[in-house]
Amino acid sequence: MRVNFTVNGRPQQADDVWEGESLLYVLRERLGLPGSKNACEQGECGSCTVRLDGVPVCSCLVAAGQAEGRDVVTVEGLADYARQRTQGEGEGTSLDAAQRWQAAGGTDSRTGEGGALAPIQQAFIDAGAVQCGFCTPGLLVASDELLERNPNPSDADIREALSGNLCRCTGYEKIMDAVRLAAARQSEGV
Amino acid sequence: MDFLRPASWEEALAAKAEHPTAVPIAGGTDVMVEINFDHRRPEYLLDLNRVGELHEWEAGEDTVRLGASVPYTAIMERLRAELPGLALAAHTVASPQIRNRGGVGGNLGTASPAGDAHPALLAAGAEVEVASAARGTRMIPIDAFYTGVKRNALQPDELIRAVHIAKADGPQQYSKVGTRNAMVIAVCAFGLALHPATRTVRTGIGSAAPTPVRATAAEEFLNAALEEGGFWDNGKIITPSAVKRFADLCAAACNPIDDVRGTAGYRRHAIGVLARRTLTWTWESYRDARRTTEGAA
Repeated sequence: MRVNFTVNGRPQQADDVWEGESLLYVLRERLGLPGSKNACEQGECGSCTVRLDGVPVCSCLVAAGQAEGRDVVTVEGLADYARQRTQGEGEGTSLDAAQRWQAAGGTDSRTGEGGALAPIQQAFIDAGAVQCGFCTPGLLVASDELLERNPNPSDADIREALSGNLCRCTGYEKIMDAVRLAAARQSEGV
Repeated sequence: MDFLRPASWEEALAAKAEHPTAVPIAGGTDVMVEINFDHRRPEYLLDLNRVGELHEWEAGEDTVRLGASVPYTAIMERLRAELPGLALAAHTVASPQIRNRGGVGGNLGTASPAGDAHPALLAAGAEVEVASAARGTRMIPIDAFYTGVKRNALQPDELIRAVHIAKADGPQQYSKVGTRNAMVIAVCAFGLALHPATRTVRTGIGSAAPTPVRATAAEEFLNAALEEGGFWDNGKIITPSAVKRFADLCAAACNPIDDVRGTAGYRRHAIGVLARRTLTWTWESYRDARRTTEGAA
């Protein structure tokens, strides 16, 4: 079947989609957006977290057909999404730009220099909240949504918002630091 | 596999009548796991996401009519006053991502003994509104809904439309045992509701029997003990021996198994502990409310 939906602000179409396929599979394998990670395939790990009509969901548990006509934001579109949120109007992220996102603008993945990053992404880099990086995309999408909804979260709020995202490297402390840092920068308007 | 996409409730019932083997999918938090792991290859997937009314709820005089797809997030954020037990249960469901998608209709459809909503529904008192194209709507009392491990009273051509849950007329509590606060399938769970209007107590036990069950003998014992001691009127602390007896009877209502999450013996013991705690908590709230009312009078 064919699925028409909006991905990172732009209309997209996926063809030859199997009816039992997940939204995650469509994003990764049909649209070439591997930012959302495929790990547990049962909603336990949160590494496939995307926004579906604004709401964080595990894309591995959304049937592809259920995304028809709906609005999806992936980690590849997060920087543009965050910029549009603060600056108003925007055009979203083209599929091509999203596929090349890592290299776009010559981002140094160690410092974040040279590329367009969402504030939450920069905060993860600055706080050293990335280790192997596999859980990071899901954590970024979930953290960004938390700060959009709750600009001054308590530690309990952060833990709750990220309780569906498993990290097996860092022990979460630096991830907590990153979200606190992003919240502080957001409130200072940096 | 065919993907059926009804745009309305009538279309959904017609599709289910035409394809009784179709598997309904709403939040997908159970169905997609089975498909991802190739445990299930249904001929038809019946997507209910486009049936808008399933995402709505309505608070009436005595009950809340909760659409089958209302996400747990909405229940815990918006229905805490009307359905405190279910709101607490909703908060224990998995993670924010899952609570944003899953709803009570799916818990009922899957009918796992470990479904988080069941003990709260049993304790509050509820009826499940199901419908078919051929025979229209029927209401199934929650006590008659669970028929076996992952089996329920639905006919093949029926779909769950809503749950009618009694609005709280007194304190309610819900407790769940697991290895952490999130992302946990219950080792066991317990729901308790005080119903001062009828001077009764109702319970619900999860994950400690082939189906979610009420501890009816425990309820009957406690109802009689509260009545005899005039506790509803005098608001005294319930006699510890009565609390203990209630907890023992709740443990005795379990029929658990040993599995990876816990042993039968642990589950039975834990249900007794949860029963005692939830009774103590709810009774304290009841006494507080009484004191406040009397203080104001």
